[in-house]
Amino acid sequence: MDFSVVVEYFPRLLSGAWVSLQLVVLSVVLGGIFALPIALARISPVAWVRAFPFAYIFFFRGTPLLVQIFLVYYGASQFDAVRESIFWPILREPFWCAIIAFTLNTSAYTAEIFRGAIQAIPQGEVEACKVVGMTKVQMYRRILLPRAFGIVLPAYGNEIILMLKGSALASTITILDLTGMARTIIARTYTPMEIFLAAGGIYLLISIVVIAIFRQIELRQNRYLGTLSIKVPDKG
Amino acid sequence: MIDLHGFGDQLLQGAVVTLELALSSLFVGLLLGLLGASAKLSSIKLFRWIAHGYTTIIRGIPELLTVLIIYFGATSVLMAIASVFGYDEYIEVGAFAAGVTALGLTFGAYATEVFRGALQSIPKGQHEAAIALGMGPIRKFYRIILPQVWRIALPGIGNLFLVLLKDTALVSVVGLDDIMRKANIAVSSTKEAFLFYLVAAFMYLALTIVSMVLVSYLEKRASRGLTRG
Repeated sequence: MDFSVVVEYFPRLLSGAWVSLQLVVLSVVLGGIFALPIALARISPVAWVRAFPFAYIFFFRGTPLLVQIFLVYYGASQFDAVRESIFWPILREPFWCAIIAFTLNTSAYTAEIFRGAIQAIPQGEVEACKVVGMTKVQMYRRILLPRAFGIVLPAYGNEIILMLKGSALASTITILDLTGMARTIIARTYTPMEIFLAAGGIYLLISIVVIAIFRQIELRQNRYLGTLSIKVPDKG
Repeated sequence: MIDLHGFGDQLLQGAVVTLELALSSLFVGLLLGLLGASAKLSSIKLFRWIAHGYTTIIRGIPELLTVLIIYFGATSVLMAIASVFGYDEYIEVGAFAAGVTALGLTFGAYATEVFRGALQSIPKGQHEAAIALGMGPIRKFYRIILPQVWRIALPGIGNLFLVLLKDTALVSVVGLDDIMRKANIAVSSTKEAFLFYLVAAFMYLALTIVSMVLVSYLEKRASRGLTRG
């Protein structure tokens, strides 16, 4: 194996990694915003309000992300109505199609995480809010959502890592993200092992950074729990 | 009725390939998971290191990249090994074999963590009782430990299988004739992308539902010693 080719093409791999990061950050932020109302509707006491988020979550968690990307990128252009609509400049761009597919996908997973967190809050705290005379909005804003945020963090960190790995699928719709860039370089140099392993190393590095950041946020967010329950980071 | 332009049979054949790939990878992955978990709990430091490196690397890089690395890399690695033994012909790794290897490795890495947790939750007394009855390590493992690990690990393994089922779609990128690639072929000849990808999505959804039913049956079966009817 000849790793000099990795050195030569490293700047291009990094520019691919930058595209991957943009994809992940944009879709995770948008997905998080959409996930909250979906999660709240999912735990509604009214059956028909629950039905839509249930079907939405079931569809996006039960089908491969690859199918979802193709549905948005290739599927949408099947309809003349879409091609003539004002959304076409966006739906024509592979980058935005990937953002749409990733956002829909991650919002389904995130909604389930939020739901679990909200339901994990002890019933006593909900009752305490009612006793103090809080309205439902106050209860969610002041107690339940901040509490849920602390509970949600570990699972949410995992979801971001999964999204990072899912973002590699963007390369299948011609986007030059880290994987896409690696495939383009390989088409020219024909050194699949070297370049793919380098790309894998960059993904690994990004994952490690994300995990470290989340560990910090977790320590900060849950510091009221006292030093006893805070896990001391492993040495090395 | 939906008009599939005669591609219905093709899609069903793809579903069979998808299922074959998923079940073969499951088998490889379960073995790797049990091996990995045993290595992680081993008293030998080298084994722990290898298992730790394996799970960290595989879980940190995208599944698509694993598939690509195995598919394009396995050929050169195998040919390098073969040339040591004096075999210089061209060796090609098929998409199916590469897919089983890549998805099996991925499944195994996640399953390692599931099995490790399950193995650790078996009370020490169970081991001691088995030894007291005169069982050897192998008999102890498959008569006493494995049935209990199975019950505890099953929910986690079931979830991993659902992930695996969806990951099989990635192998279509290297040319395996699964649901996804059959849908691609249908799309390129009919230009009805939305229809065929939606049909593909619902086929995956159907496979998911069947797997969920099966897993919950297995879970009931595995814990029949615990539940009172």
